[in-house]
This record gives sequence, structure tokens and C-alpha cells, in this order.
Amino acid sequence: MFGSLLGLGGGIIVIPVLTLLFKINIRYAIGASIVSVIATSSGAAAAYVREHLTNLRVAMVLEVATTSGALTGAYLAGKLSGRWLYIIFGLVMGYSSLMMFRKRHETVGEITRSAPWADYLRLHGRYYDEALGQEIVYRVVGTRIGLGLMYLAGVVSGLLGIGSGALKVPAMDLAMHLPIKVSTATSNFMIGVTAAASAGVYFMRGDIDPFVAAPVATGVLIGATVGARLLGRLQSSTIRAVFVVVLLWVSVQMLLKGVRG
Amino acid sequence: MGLGADVVERGAWVTASQGPLSPAGDETEERVRRVELLISNLLRIGVSVSLVFMIVGTIVSFIRHLEYLSSAAELQRLTQPGAAFPHTLPEVVAGVRDLRGRAIVTLGLLLLIATPVVRVAVSIFAFIHQRDRIFTLVTIVVLCLLLLSFVLGKVE
Repeated sequence: MFGSLLGLGGGIIVIPVLTLLFKINIRYAIGASIVSVIATSSGAAAAYVREHLTNLRVAMVLEVATTSGALTGAYLAGKLSGRWLYIIFGLVMGYSSLMMFRKRHETVGEITRSAPWADYLRLHGRYYDEALGQEIVYRVVGTRIGLGLMYLAGVVSGLLGIGSGALKVPAMDLAMHLPIKVSTATSNFMIGVTAAASAGVYFMRGDIDPFVAAPVATGVLIGATVGARLLGRLQSSTIRAVFVVVLLWVSVQMLLKGVRG
Repeated sequence: MGLGADVVERGAWVTASQGPLSPAGDETEERVRRVELLISNLLRIGVSVSLVFMIVGTIVSFIRHLEYLSSAAELQRLTQPGAAFPHTLPEVVAGVRDLRGRAIVTLGLLLLIATPVVRVAVSIFAFIHQRDRIFTLVTIVVLCLLLLSFVLGKVE
């Protein structure tokens, strides 16, 4: 449920619960978490796309960057030390959580910056905000920076085998100035594709145990459906606040992992 | 949700460059809306069907192996390393034919994994239908990269 609300896959929560609480082998835990990412994504996206919260065009364009990044990541895996990766990842997320925290009082303002790429690709959009009871029209900027950041997010997911929604949301929020609800819904939509690529590999490797993955997927699907109903109704500032807390928590976890080795 | 959706039903996704007064605007909007519904339904069906397979498979497993219900140790063994479960397509197909619970659950998981891939593939046709050359190309590139990652993953 948290996953679908924040545009994260929830792998961050699933893996520790399975390994620590249910004493399940880490291999199967990772396999199950990949499947749960897809479950979250598809389960919630069905609702978000219908409600216009997902910006399909932005998602498609950025998926080029994430999938090519994921390929690069898969290629680099084994050539890079996982330890440094965790430290870098942790620092990046810590930084973006601070940036998002600083932005917390900012309301959606008129953006007048020119955006040739976004204009050309017709990325701008609008959605109906249930909490505010009005339609929000937004412009997209910084498409190129967004693409660059998404490429990096893709590399990270290829290397670590995660959906890396924690990197996608800040990229769309900070660089492209998408409204937070659109960012989380669009990230949610995209992580399914990233995770599907890894899931195929994990499946063939025999890391997806049906009796671990299926119950997790079932639970996550139900949670994602409930979460999806909530997103439209919540205040943007609430979503942002929760996201910042989760992001900080993940970055600390990553840093600890990196430092401990 | 119901209320909000009706209000935005029309008028959404008209983009600045297109202009609300362009004669093709209404038609384009209608097409975009259809694509959104198509993708939404596709995801919903993919998720529901895979859910059914997973639940049916689990039930079948428990019926065929009643010992799972009485012995926690037996159940525990299913989730330990070395547990035998199908992880190639032919194995899954053969298992489903024999009505093996594990294979049915695995089929459900595979359908779940395939859903986002099918979504990308269907989007290609949607963009062709919309005569949107750039986005047709963008989507084809995404699908190719996705399939490439499957192939490369297999080699490793």
C-alpha cells in the first residue's frame, strides 16, 4: 500500500520483512520483492491511468532512459563494488530527501521557463486533484536533465535489482517540476517495466519461488489497490512529507549497508 | 473518484501546443482517452488473471498435499533453498498440464511479469493508431531494450 502511494515498489519493505521475520533465504526474498514491485505497479497504475494521474507520455519518454540505464547496470554488475554503490546511492537519496523537504511549502506555481523538448514531445498535462477539488494544469520542464537522472536510476536498478522508485520520484519532482501526485503515479507506472526486465532474469535463474512470491504478490496487489484509492484524496504536502521520511530512512539503510560492507 | 473522473473526462490532456481550438483537438483527445482506458483495462485484466492463477494454484497444492496443513516443517521446506519448483517455460507448461499447483502458481507469476511488457507492446499500436510518429518510435525503442535485457539475461 505504501508502495503505490509513494511511487515506490516496496522492495525496501518486503525484503527485510521476508528475511528477518519469516527467515526466508535472501535470494528468494529478492525474487519475491521484484515480483511485488510489478504487482504494485500494475495494480495501482490501472487506477492512476484512468484518473489521468499518470502522465503516459512522460513515462514513455523516460522509459527509454531507464531501460537503457538498466541494461548498462546489468552489464556493470560485478565490475563495480557493491559497497561503494550503496554509499553513493545512500548519499544521493539523502540529498534528494533534503531538497524535497525544502520544497515542502511551495505550491504549484506558473512555470514560465521555456521547455523546447517538452513542447516538442507534448509532455505537459493536467489532472483533477480530488483533495483540492480543482483541475491542475502543469507544464513539464527539464526533460533532458530528467532523462539523464532516469538513466542513472536505471543503472542503479540494473545493478541492485530494484525498481528504484526512490530515485525516479525526486527526479520528476525536482528536475522536471511535475506535481508530486503525478510524479508518484508516473514513477509507479514506470517501475513495472524496469522490474519486469529484471524479473525475467531472476526467474530463469530460479530465484522466484512460487510459494514465497505468490503470497507476497497477492498481499501487495490488494494493498496497491487500496493505496491507489487514497492518493487522489490526500493533500500533496502530506504525500511529500511521507515520501521525505521514507527516503531518509532508505538512504540511512543504504549508507549503513555500504559502511558495514 | 467517480465524481472527479466525470469532470475531467473531457478537456483533459489537451496540451498547450495543440491548442484547444484546433479542429482535430476533440478527436485527438477522444483517441488519447481511449488509449488510457485500453492500458488501464489491460493492466487490470493482467493483474486479475494472474491473481486467479496464483490463488487456484495454491488451493490445488494444498488439496494435493494435505500434509502442508498439518505439518509446519513440510510447509517450511517449500521456502528453503533447494526447493524444487519449475523455472523454465517447458517445465511450467508440462506442470500446468498435469494440474500441479506449483506450476499453476508459477504461471500466474509469469503472467504478472509479462503484464508490463504487454502494456508497452500494446502502446506501440496505440501510438500508430494516433499517427504519433515520435512516440511510436520511442515505444518501439523501449520494447526492444526490454526484450534485449531478457536475451542478455539469459546468456549470463
